Amino acid sequence: MIDPLSIFLLLLSASTPILFAALGELVAERAGILNLGVEGMMIAGALAGFAAAYATGNPFLGFLVAALAGAAISLLYTVLTQLFLANQVASGLALTLFGLGLAAMFGKPFEGVKAPPMPIGPLGINWIVWLGLAMVPAIWWFMNRTRRGLILRAVGENHDAAHALGYDVRATRAAAIAFGGAMAGVGGAFISIATVLQWTEGMTAGAGWIALAIVVFSNWTAFGVLAGAWLFGGVTVLQLRLQAAGVNVPVQLLSMAPYLATIIVLVMISARQKYSRKAGGAAPGSLGNNFHALR
Amino acid sequence: MIQLVPRSTASTFWQIATPVMAVLATMIAGGILFAIMGHDPVAAIRTIFWDPLFGPAASYSRPQLLVKAAPLILIASGLAIGFRAGIWNIGAEGQYIIGGITGAAVALAAYPFEGMWIFPAMVIAGAAGGWAWGMIPALLRNWFGASEILVSLMLVYVAQRVAAWMAFGPMKNPEGYGFPGSRNLQQYPAASNPELIEGTGAHWGVVAAAVAVLVTWVLVSRHIRGFHIRAAGSAPRAARFAGVSPATLVAFSLGLSGALAGMAGLFEVSGPAGQITDNLGTGYGFTAIIVAFLGRLHPVGILLAGLLLALTYIGGELAQLTMQLPAATVQVFQGMLLFFLLGFDVLTRFRIQRRGK
Repeated sequence: MIDPLSIFLLLLSASTPILFAALGELVAERAGILNLGVEGMMIAGALAGFAAAYATGNPFLGFLVAALAGAAISLLYTVLTQLFLANQVASGLALTLFGLGLAAMFGKPFEGVKAPPMPIGPLGINWIVWLGLAMVPAIWWFMNRTRRGLILRAVGENHDAAHALGYDVRATRAAAIAFGGAMAGVGGAFISIATVLQWTEGMTAGAGWIALAIVVFSNWTAFGVLAGAWLFGGVTVLQLRLQAAGVNVPVQLLSMAPYLATIIVLVMISARQKYSRKAGGAAPGSLGNNFHALR
Repeated sequence: MIQLVPRSTASTFWQIATPVMAVLATMIAGGILFAIMGHDPVAAIRTIFWDPLFGPAASYSRPQLLVKAAPLILIASGLAIGFRAGIWNIGAEGQYIIGGITGAAVALAAYPFEGMWIFPAMVIAGAAGGWAWGMIPALLRNWFGASEILVSLMLVYVAQRVAAWMAFGPMKNPEGYGFPGSRNLQQYPAASNPELIEGTGAHWGVVAAAVAVLVTWVLVSRHIRGFHIRAAGSAPRAARFAGVSPATLVAFSLGLSGALAGMAGLFEVSGPAGQITDNLGTGYGFTAIIVAFLGRLHPVGILLAGLLLALTYIGGELAQLTMQLPAATVQVFQGMLLFFLLGFDVLTRFRIQRRGK
């Protein structure tokens, strides 16, 4: 028998890395930044967080270090796109390739050691899962109910207008990128510290890319991101359950499910956005474009 | 205070100078990284960039240069076409894997027959497999507006699992004593892709890469489609008014780059790799993105950049052997190279001016 509550708990855990990374990317994209470096920032957080947790024996310190590491590596992207006005797509790819390489290089000594145990939070659910769930309304509130959130969205919708009104486009975007990096770092660390409990090379396995797809799925809203992350978590848990139940389908084909589900969902949402009345869907107006002030 | 002033056209001088500066900066930054890790920086840089060509073991490593450069150049030539038009195929790794599988499928189906037709048929099947895998994101973008970046990338993970499934299931060698992996095509003369001229490393993939450079050069500089691609990249609205169909360009560039990546995969499977295994993809598809940028999306530049990055692969392996540097060093170098290139690129598009003049 499969107990629905235990399935839901597994789903929560499976969706948490994606939830953190996608919420961070959501804030960045609402500021007009398309950062394809999520995967690189996640793996940096996964390694740095694991190393700190292992060295200190304190998993929470691990998550803190992971957030700092994610924000630190995202600085490279900020310098390239905000100072040197480099193409955002190419810069994000560079961040992912560099992050994966750097983590593989410095991760060697941490292979084969175990993470310290996580203390269990209320209702038997990991504290970090709770934090992720709390971030959803917090980010919604920040973006829709605060002045800074309004400025952030203005910068993302039309950076020229925001600049003309006297808002600092670059500083806003730099902050949004750093926040996205910190969130991706925590998401990555959840995989290494709380799920897999050890470090292996390339362990994020595309989670950062799935997070990018979930932001599109969310129609650029915080609660939409939660729905997307749970959908993804559900597919992952189902796939693992089917593997464990020994269904007569090769394991390799079952493990394609999360990626195929991401494509299917992306297609459905894109089609809805494409054929709806509102041209361009809900994507921020200046998404992916760099801002250069001539005055 | 300094200020950036946009140039009306990109500076030709800086277009050539920035890749060179990026390579030098990567060597310096890499040296610093090695020093931090406790290695001799000068020796490490020399091991990676000099020894594969002129060091004591150069007679072994020099032929490897063409073996590694061929897939990179072949894939990057295709990618550059799309990048010029703002169409981002970043899933070449998946198209490479699928091309390798479909190409090998022809060989495994034909085994043990001999015939002149087998290898050409494999090349066509490899290209077709890569083309089909590349057309998935193209059609999903054209029909539904789905991002080709995310779809092509997701399909890399799917392709890796297809390769694993093939290696453990349908394509497993029936005489392989239960080990995963297909028959070795190097031991099947009609399907193998051997070294054509002894000691050069050149196999059919090298020939294909050379042809790809020539053809894409003609396409971009002499053909109307090349003009459309350049127009769509620099002025999408103007291009649309001139009758350039964005959907056609998406299908053309993703299909072409997929086919080239698929061929690269086939040449690898039938040559250096020899068989279908679960780790068929070795990252050529991602490194080729760096090759395309470093080569400035220009066929001649891609040729040079492909050779340089092939050198870092071989030098990285050498450094791993002789200096015990971690295997991921190469990946870090390649990432840094792209960072520096994108950073220095500001000089091609902007003039630096003192404020207040």
